[in-house]
Amino acid sequence: MSDIADRVKKIVVEHLGVEEDKVVEAASFIDDLGADSLDTVELVMAFEEEFGIEIPDDAAESIQTFGDAVKFITEKSA
Amino acid sequence: MFDLSGKSALVTGATGGIGGAIARALHAQGATVGLSGTRAGALEELAAELGERAHVLPCKLDDAAAVEALPKQASEAMGGLDILVNNAGITRDNLFMRMSDEEWAQVLEVNLTSAFRLSRAVLRGMMKKRWGRIIGITSIVGVTGNPGQGNYAAAKAGMIGMSKSLAAEVASRGVTVNCVAPGFIETAMTDKLNDQQKEKLLVAIPAGRMGTAEEIAASVVYLASDEAAYVTGQTLHVNGGMAMI
Repeated sequence: MSDIADRVKKIVVEHLGVEEDKVVEAASFIDDLGADSLDTVELVMAFEEEFGIEIPDDAAESIQTFGDAVKFITEKSA
Repeated sequence: MFDLSGKSALVTGATGGIGGAIARALHAQGATVGLSGTRAGALEELAAELGERAHVLPCKLDDAAAVEALPKQASEAMGGLDILVNNAGITRDNLFMRMSDEEWAQVLEVNLTSAFRLSRAVLRGMMKKRWGRIIGITSIVGVTGNPGQGNYAAAKAGMIGMSKSLAAEVASRGVTVNCVAPGFIETAMTDKLNDQQKEKLLVAIPAGRMGTAEEIAASVVYLASDEAAYVTGQTLHVNGGMAMI
């Protein structure tokens, strides 16, 4: 697993208090990991901080799963 | 109790009677205060009076870009932003039938929309810290209505509804959102009333007098404190019993 994926996973595990093995590529923050809409906003804020990037609102809305987040951040940081 | 040492508070309309009293009271409890208003000279005077822990942040609240920038400026000046007091307000009174679109829009822009923009901008930092206080100074008029103040009453009622909605969204993150609703308070805004109007008003106030700005400020200090952590989405009426809601 890439370094980015590890760092994203760490944030998700810490923020949502979920088991690490639940955070798989297709895991939806809201449907599978128990996040509410405010959690998803906070996750995006945490990603922005961790990776020093800006995630615009429309992009943030498209980040539904762990895999989406890793993909977006990988592209953005490339 | 109500110790605010180490907290940073931004107060809009700090040159006004109530705003100045709020800034003084928060400062007296140990908070660092950011004084915002349109009159830089008056803000400087207040800052000089307060001494340390006071920062002057002039801002025109009908200028959207300036409003968006204010929380960041305040946060940089004070090293954080824990408490936002949306106090600034203007009146453009007129009979409803004669009220112009401009009178309506100006009052909504300064009294309500600026509070929305400022609140939105401060949330990020507060949510991350898991501590924040947003306090709106509304008015009894927002609940009871008042002839000649259709615009002002709408803005003040809007602030109450906005605060309740936001309170529900962020309560789980340690951020509380409340309003203080003054009744008739001795300020420049109520000085405009003539003696006959004042006399009529006093009959309707069980306490038999107008309130003071300090009495409003004390409510703000309470809502800003750690002790008020479990109070959110509320409107604290400070009106000498004029309306018991």
